[in-house]
Amino acid sequence: MSDTVEVAERVEPAPAGRPSRSILRRIGEAFLRRREASVLVVAVALGVYFASASEAFLTQPNLVNIAQATAPAAIIAAGMVLVLVCGEIDLSVAAVFALAPFNMHYLTDYYGVPILLAIVLALAISALIGFINGFITVVFRVPSFVTTLGTAYIVIGIVLTTSHAYPAPIPEAATETIRTWFGASDYAHLTWCLLIVASFHVLLTSTRWGLHTIAVGGNPLGATEAGIRAGRIKIGNFMMVATLGGFAGILDAFRINTIDPNLGGGFGIMFTAVSAAVIGGTSLAGGSGTVIGAFLGALVLAELQNGMNLIGISANPYFLILGAAIVVSMIANVYLSRLRRAGRV
Amino acid sequence: MAAGGANGEALRVEHVAKRFGGVTALRDVNLRLNRGEVLGLIGDNGAGKSTLIKIICGFHQPDAGKIFVGGEEVVLKSVDHARTLGIDTVYQDLALVNELSVYHNMFLNRELVRWPLLSNRRMRRLAQEHLEDMGVNIPSVDDEVAKLSGGQRQAIAVARSVYSDARILLLDEPLAAMGAKEGALILDLVRDLKDRGEVSIIIIAHNYGQILEVCDRINLLQHGSITFDKASSQTSVQELTDLVVAEYRAARTSRLRPDPSSNARPTPRA
Repeated sequence: MSDTVEVAERVEPAPAGRPSRSILRRIGEAFLRRREASVLVVAVALGVYFASASEAFLTQPNLVNIAQATAPAAIIAAGMVLVLVCGEIDLSVAAVFALAPFNMHYLTDYYGVPILLAIVLALAISALIGFINGFITVVFRVPSFVTTLGTAYIVIGIVLTTSHAYPAPIPEAATETIRTWFGASDYAHLTWCLLIVASFHVLLTSTRWGLHTIAVGGNPLGATEAGIRAGRIKIGNFMMVATLGGFAGILDAFRINTIDPNLGGGFGIMFTAVSAAVIGGTSLAGGSGTVIGAFLGALVLAELQNGMNLIGISANPYFLILGAAIVVSMIANVYLSRLRRAGRV
Repeated sequence: MAAGGANGEALRVEHVAKRFGGVTALRDVNLRLNRGEVLGLIGDNGAGKSTLIKIICGFHQPDAGKIFVGGEEVVLKSVDHARTLGIDTVYQDLALVNELSVYHNMFLNRELVRWPLLSNRRMRRLAQEHLEDMGVNIPSVDDEVAKLSGGQRQAIAVARSVYSDARILLLDEPLAAMGAKEGALILDLVRDLKDRGEVSIIIIAHNYGQILEVCDRINLLQHGSITFDKASSQTSVQELTDLVVAEYRAARTSRLRPDPSSNARPTPRA
């Protein structure tokens, strides 16, 4: 092995060899330093594996399937990352996911509100639920796990009572264009998802809001001492994740062309979003996380479910793999960040 | 402006008192900090040092007493308000965020922004210049603060306060949990600041040797009031140690010999 390397070096002009190697190394190091790197590798590896195992995997309809499975979780995860980074969690977002399309339906069909305005109002109500989550957590100092557990059940209760647990059709008022834009077309999910992920990535990494979110989660006392209003940051992030949850719910209602009270599976989509965030390298302890990582985490989960389905593995071991992925990625996350701190990577 | 301003008074505290529920943290504190001066504040744990610092920096509001900044009476409403008057604190916990880079920490909550985005390049450059200017050596301003040593972290916290135009700097136990080398780094930094004469500093510390080295004057806080005020040149480590130990002995004997008149309320702890 070493012989061939030496030969290769001798044959090639010496000055060309060295810099290219150091560039490679630098790329390697920069790659390791990025938290998203490992989950990107997993996402690509899974893609390659399933593509080789099943011809159907890379077909256009299947890619649309994967995109539509990735998008709601990734959209919610984008907001969830901010909530997690500032040291909180929102368990109620799946309930909001189910509520928002119903609110759209009630407003248009019972109150005659124009459909676009109804969508906006449904999102505003979602944001209000986020505000309540944040307010209770910040002002009454109830741990957000408990606050949002409570609001989750309340909101699920509201959905089931008002809908009598029956699905509702998409409002007649929704024109073809609106249906297309809000999730009925093949690429609506993906487009919204990428837009949202990109904006939230910028929000977290390149704005004051993002920096303060990290500060509040990383050193709550210190951030307050520096004059950052931690309560405002937290409430704002709760509002954002709830709004995204409502939006993802509306997208999904348009996609399946019905408004289902079980949309979001009670807590299901919320846990998928948290899993995606965690697999993507977000720490539940607060202070660190990446939106792009969470997007890739959601992609990995969607690939797994879709791919296993295609190659004929029953859906049951999916949870086995999901659980293992969470545990392994968390261990890797803790270990890698320790390495990073020690300055070895 | 009051007469105090003319003869270079940075800060004066008059008859300040503070209670927390049933506990008297500060009984009657009188303290004066001259412009460009470094004042060492010592006292046993629970003497009220941190409470006093938190009152001066606007975190707590005193129950009684007056505070003068540059000779003018002020009522400090909040930390932000105190900061606008040039009073800044470097807390024991430093208020640094491990997960953020050095330069983001330097500009924490005072970020330079080209809306809506952070002006990272400008903050980076300014942080670098300022740290070099202050003689603070760190590998890179891009590093996460978590990577740095205790002394470097302290230095960054001090540099941040100075950079934010602090005229009165409160250092809350900057030497605690610091090795000899790192302690020296902080003392050098304080000395540099003193030589520039732009900042007046109050240092809380337990290591009397180090504090005498760098401070112009020493105040001892006991049972919620200042009981000792001397220039560093006129006192010694021995005298300061004796004072604090004597207090401890007195407290101990009074505890051993129960006083029938009192309901045995212990020494107030802040």
